[in-house]
Amino acid sequence: MITVKNLCKEFKNPDGSINKVLAGIDYEINKGEKIVIVGPSGSGKSTFLRCLNLLERPTSGQIIFDDEDITAPKVNINKIRERMGMVFQNFNLFNNLTVMENITLAPVKLKVMSPEAAKEKATELLKRVNLLDKADVYPASLSGGQKQRIAIVRSLCMNPEVMLFDEPTSALDPEMVGEVLDVMKSLADEGMTMVVVTHEMGFAREVATKVLFVDEGKILEENSPKEFFDNPQSKRLQDFLSKVL
Amino acid sequence: MTLNERFIAAFVTSDRWKLYLGGLGITLEVAVFSALLGLLIGNVLALMKLSYKEDGKPTVFNYIASVYIDVIRGTPSVLQLLIMWFIIMASSNNGILVASLSFGINSGAYVAEIVRGGILAVDKGQMEAGRSLGLSKAATMRYIVLPQAFKNVIPPLGNEFITLIKETAIVGYVSLADLTRVANQIASRTYDAFMPLIGAAVIYFVIIKILTILLGKLERRMRKSDNR
Repeated sequence: MITVKNLCKEFKNPDGSINKVLAGIDYEINKGEKIVIVGPSGSGKSTFLRCLNLLERPTSGQIIFDDEDITAPKVNINKIRERMGMVFQNFNLFNNLTVMENITLAPVKLKVMSPEAAKEKATELLKRVNLLDKADVYPASLSGGQKQRIAIVRSLCMNPEVMLFDEPTSALDPEMVGEVLDVMKSLADEGMTMVVVTHEMGFAREVATKVLFVDEGKILEENSPKEFFDNPQSKRLQDFLSKVL
Repeated sequence: MTLNERFIAAFVTSDRWKLYLGGLGITLEVAVFSALLGLLIGNVLALMKLSYKEDGKPTVFNYIASVYIDVIRGTPSVLQLLIMWFIIMASSNNGILVASLSFGINSGAYVAEIVRGGILAVDKGQMEAGRSLGLSKAATMRYIVLPQAFKNVIPPLGNEFITLIKETAIVGYVSLADLTRVANQIASRTYDAFMPLIGAAVIYFVIIKILTILLGKLERRMRKSDNR
């Protein structure tokens, strides 16, 4: 579904030196897979995820999404992004819009569905995450866990083919992590293709089809969750797991 | 002369109060026209100054806006008014037009920086979220960023309008009889500066106080989405 070929991303530091955040990543994500990416902070895992929908422009390399090279110059990236949902660490709900407007804005403006159909779908999704009573409030009045569940709903309303999660629980109070992970788990159970950057090792073990360990801009290790956690191969991963588990 | 007689000389004799009203009319006319022009120019300049190419380099519009803002902010507004009156629009004797243009062009530079600041103050994540859903940059700007930026800029824009109203007190230079000039003329006719000048000051104060109250109302209404 998504094929990543030799993906590199470099940032220029203010002093002119070059910071190589992604140093050649090759990977293939198949339909229905749940890929969980873990790694130390600054390892490039978030940058990798943000490259997948070109929020970050790769310096070189290719990203092929359903046989289309989305890094090619003439690609209409907006059309591609309609099919890839993204959930952010800081929720990024639109502060000037109510919950319902947050969810229906994109599908309606992009003419993916009629206003009535969007509202109906949003209502159904809000019911699913138990937040229908919040439909007409502004994001400022919501808790972090509620905001993140609504952010997930907002992405889902576009009927995406794949969902990208960028540390979705890292900005949450501990007692709210569970409610967000539950929504993600039920999404996984329905067969959604998911790419998740997270520090929630329990989630990785339970839900992932593959776990990737990214460090210094490379995929150092990839394995099924059981092998990944019970039998880590590289010294770096053993060190990392001994610190986080 | 008693205070009462001085008041009558300054405001009542030969219907002088009408002169103040006429002066206030001119002051407000110039202020409103130039505020509207300033808003228009300022918003366009702000968007120009925020335009970057795909590779992150500034566009040519960006440079043009920067030069405009530098030149306007780098020269006194009295001088800009005189240049407009005696050089650029020397063939026109429509003082209101010349003053409105001059102040509007001047105000535009300040409004541009206010609006730019307001847009930059909106969290980057808002734009990213819009883009991640497939909305274009323009659509995200229109539906998400600008409405939030508008809320940010009301206090400084109000400040700018208030400054503008008072700054028009220099239009006497292009022979417009605005409130300040009228008060000054009456002072020299009655040989009493106190009443006309204090009177004019009170009128400015009341006008600006009313504007302040209206802006406060607008701001409270715009902040309704912040309520917890």
